Amino acid sequence: MSYFLVLLVFGLWSGTIYALVALGYTMVYGVLKLINFAHGDVMMVGTYVGYATALQWKARGATGRAWTPGMGQVLTIFFVSMALCAVLGWLVERFAYRPLREKPKLTALITAIGISFVISYGFQMEVGFLPGPAPRAFPPLLKETTWLSLRGGEVTLSNIQVISFAVALGLMAALQWLVFKTRFGRAMRAVSFDHRTAALLGIPVDRVIAGTFMIGSALAAGAGLLFALKDSQVDPLMGTQQGLKAFVAAVIGGIGNVPGAVVGALLLGVVEQLVVGYAASSWRDAVAFGFLIVVLLLRPEGLFGRVTAEKV
Amino acid sequence: MGPPALRGVLPVLLACAGLAVLQLLLGGLPFFVTLASMVGINVILAVSLNVVNGMTGQFSIGHAGFMAVGAYAAARVSMLLNEVAISGLPEAVSNQVLYAVALLAGGVAAAACGFVVGLPSLRLRGDYLAIVTLGFGEIVRVVIQNTPPQTSPGFWAMGGSLGLTDIPSGRSSLFSTWLWAFLVVLVARRIAESSHGRSLTAIREDEVAAEAMGVNTTAYKVRAFVVSSFFAGVAGGLFAHFYETISPGSFTYVRSMEIVVMVVAGGLGSTTGSIVAAVFLTLLPEGLRSGFLALGGQAAAQVAEQVRMPIYGVLLVVLMLARPQGLFGTRELWHRRKAKGAAP
Amino acid sequence: MRHLAPALLAAAALLLGCEKKQSQPSADGKPAAGPEVKAPAAPPSDTLLLGEVGSLTGAEATFGLSTREGIDLALEQANAAGGVNGKKVEVRVYDDQGKPDEAANATVRLINQDGVKLILGEVASTNSLAMAGKAQAAKVPMVTPSSTNETVTQKGDYIFRVCFIDPFQGYAMAKFARETLKLQNVAVLQDNKSAYSTGLTEVFKVRFAEMGGKVAGVESYSKGDTDFRAQLSSLKSQSPDGIYIPGYYTDVGLIAKQARQLGIQAVLLGGDGWESDKLFELGGEAVENSYYTNHYSPDSPNPATQKFIAAYKAKFNGKVPDSLAALAYDAANVSLDALRRAKSLSGPDIRDALAQTKDFDGAAGKLTLDEKRNATKPAVVLKVAGGKASYAATVNP
Repeated sequence: MSYFLVLLVFGLWSGTIYALVALGYTMVYGVLKLINFAHGDVMMVGTYVGYATALQWKARGATGRAWTPGMGQVLTIFFVSMALCAVLGWLVERFAYRPLREKPKLTALITAIGISFVISYGFQMEVGFLPGPAPRAFPPLLKETTWLSLRGGEVTLSNIQVISFAVALGLMAALQWLVFKTRFGRAMRAVSFDHRTAALLGIPVDRVIAGTFMIGSALAAGAGLLFALKDSQVDPLMGTQQGLKAFVAAVIGGIGNVPGAVVGALLLGVVEQLVVGYAASSWRDAVAFGFLIVVLLLRPEGLFGRVTAEKV
Repeated sequence: MGPPALRGVLPVLLACAGLAVLQLLLGGLPFFVTLASMVGINVILAVSLNVVNGMTGQFSIGHAGFMAVGAYAAARVSMLLNEVAISGLPEAVSNQVLYAVALLAGGVAAAACGFVVGLPSLRLRGDYLAIVTLGFGEIVRVVIQNTPPQTSPGFWAMGGSLGLTDIPSGRSSLFSTWLWAFLVVLVARRIAESSHGRSLTAIREDEVAAEAMGVNTTAYKVRAFVVSSFFAGVAGGLFAHFYETISPGSFTYVRSMEIVVMVVAGGLGSTTGSIVAAVFLTLLPEGLRSGFLALGGQAAAQVAEQVRMPIYGVLLVVLMLARPQGLFGTRELWHRRKAKGAAP
Repeated sequence: MRHLAPALLAAAALLLGCEKKQSQPSADGKPAAGPEVKAPAAPPSDTLLLGEVGSLTGAEATFGLSTREGIDLALEQANAAGGVNGKKVEVRVYDDQGKPDEAANATVRLINQDGVKLILGEVASTNSLAMAGKAQAAKVPMVTPSSTNETVTQKGDYIFRVCFIDPFQGYAMAKFARETLKLQNVAVLQDNKSAYSTGLTEVFKVRFAEMGGKVAGVESYSKGDTDFRAQLSSLKSQSPDGIYIPGYYTDVGLIAKQARQLGIQAVLLGGDGWESDKLFELGGEAVENSYYTNHYSPDSPNPATQKFIAAYKAKFNGKVPDSLAALAYDAANVSLDALRRAKSLSGPDIRDALAQTKDFDGAAGKLTLDEKRNATKPAVVLKVAGGKASYAATVNP
């Protein structure tokens, strides 16, 4: 039982990171019906920005210990990397997707793949500010302490786990509020429903879509930093793997649905850890995708997705 | 041209003759053979994927999975038949016959997978189908990665992460690769121009309307899927015998993406487009390599090796921005006279 | 618009054509055709062109770049010392993005377009295998610096390597763990994506059990994973006194960190994939008191090793070489040595010269190429202490 709880904690923890990335996929899909394949790479960029910012404060010791940043510094790191990624998201949308908005969806998918190549392979070059292919140790932003200890210390909850979880749920709630309670959210929903009609009604479609991209990208940067808190390592290809899993999570939850993305991500995280813990770890990815397929066959619109009857 | 009975066979015979000449003339130039084989394999993959993604309007991004199934099945069959020779035939001929058997086995195995995956999942719409095919591709890869080493007994010893390294050599030829490429183009063209193809187009343009018109959409979609995965499997078999070693790393979803890129860049629904894009995008990386070597010499070339992929990405974006409908739209080279409106 | 596609095609053909013209003579000069009559024209005849295929981009890029640096250093030194028989040596590098098929294509291109005399091979065994088939078919010798899987050199008599093979390395660690560390119960965490890792695991499991130890359990991860907590928790429940992690330093540092976070105190054991300064940056205190097998010890008194380390640091801004760089350096030097001794610059002659390599004083230890074209040399076991690795023991073949 303790072992199960341990796995559950780990699963929820990695699930929170999938969740933040999945939110970006889901928002963009909701508004544009586009799978933004460059999203995982935006997350990677965000993590590197955080890494570079953290290095500004830290005179690095030979083995990478010491230096605990203050609260202000941590918040600054989060702010800087989320802001820069929002700009990156805006750039990607403006130059790679907007010109293709009226074209077949697949076209934008190809530019998404192109952008993903540019970012992930670009970061593998060791020129100028580009970091090169080797992974880097991300300096610890928070000192890990145990907040809760159950069953005689066999199951523990650390501050980082609780904070990550709280941040993810908080952001999800904020997003839900944004989508359903604000003018911007109403505009987003209108655009998502039918962007041509929305434009006719005076909604600034371009600005809404750009805003969606910026929010999604900022969330991805936040996810990247939480990821760095958890696994303390950055490398240029991390976005690909996290992105793929987050995308799967978004689909499981019902793509286009905010709480769905979070639930799907947490579920996926837990399922993965349970597979590793109780079955063979080498089957993890197969089970993750198998789970996805089963969910889709039983509920083709995902767990929380709405069935949209096609209008004839 | 000629009696109808001959019409089906004639192009194939002509192609055989032409390819035999090509093989005799250029079969001795290894670099050319390498490029031509890569191009041929990618043409098969792109044209076959176009049957699903272009003609039927479905969205599959798991083509590498079918390719992997075909590659491993063909390779394993070839390895099992390595000691076998067909009596009464010279060894080279008998090897080629066995090679054809192996390729067919690969194709059939992939087609069976296509059927199994297609039947339930083709009831899903657009992007959901995409993610299921992607999941299928990844599952195939993980399953192969978990198989025992190739020296273990049994058909299922697929070599795990090291892959199969003992695939019989000397089987692959320009002739066989391009004959299959020719066949897939022929089949794709025939499908497009048959009533079958019209049904597929109807599904692409409006699935609900097609259903209302009495098109059994699921059956047609599954059939398109099976045909497409059959050829992907054959391409896998050709790939395995050309490189003589295969490992799961060759069949990641990145390869599926590359094939999707070819289809879209060429123009969804256009077989000609798929061919041209496959040829162009396969040669592009090698071309960039040559270009940098010629322009900047050794030093520039070394740096350029690392810039190649980002440049490829930029080119993709530029190509799509400049020509969103792909190079050919939905047109075909053999449609000159029929003025066909471009699909929306 | 219909003209766009043919135009693009023509452009691609043109780009390819550019190169062909330049090295026309080498394209006709079939490499297999006995003694070389025509000298390739692309590099002037006073230079000798070698080929290298490596992962300069993709998931394996850090290994590919280390390898390239090792080779660069070797060639620079060779040219400073007058080259090979008066000829300047150059290397042409192609990137394979870590994909076997790209590696094979690049090999064919090196042989037929660039007319290289010898190919320095990949790190990953799967890629080297794909290359080996093509090199063997063209009868151009290939030397892989660090592909340790047994099957690589079995591809043919033109394929060599300068490192020991997995069975020996797995045996070395099993022996050290059982006999020196006296471990009873060892768990294994392998990288399921890499043939190197699964190969070592197989050997270690068998050998360690033969020596009377118990293999508690085997868990796996995929290279590039960053969360190993579930695997480690599962291993923890077996309470092993040692964990064998035959992976690369890019993952091992993190694995060690997470293992310590979970309260696993077992000794961590590894292979030559650990060898890199990055290990200490990524693993920090977590990798202290771990052991790994390697080709050489950085603090060995062997002058060849010390000279290599000093030269490497001087050339690459104080960077400490990893084992891949050292092996690549050796692969290049063994090849140059063979080229110097070869009767002619034809494939068979270079191969014969390579096969005769004996007691070569490499940066990663003295090596002799045996009849299976593998390097026979002792393995050393290093201990991590104080943020660096130092000599602990030697295991002889």
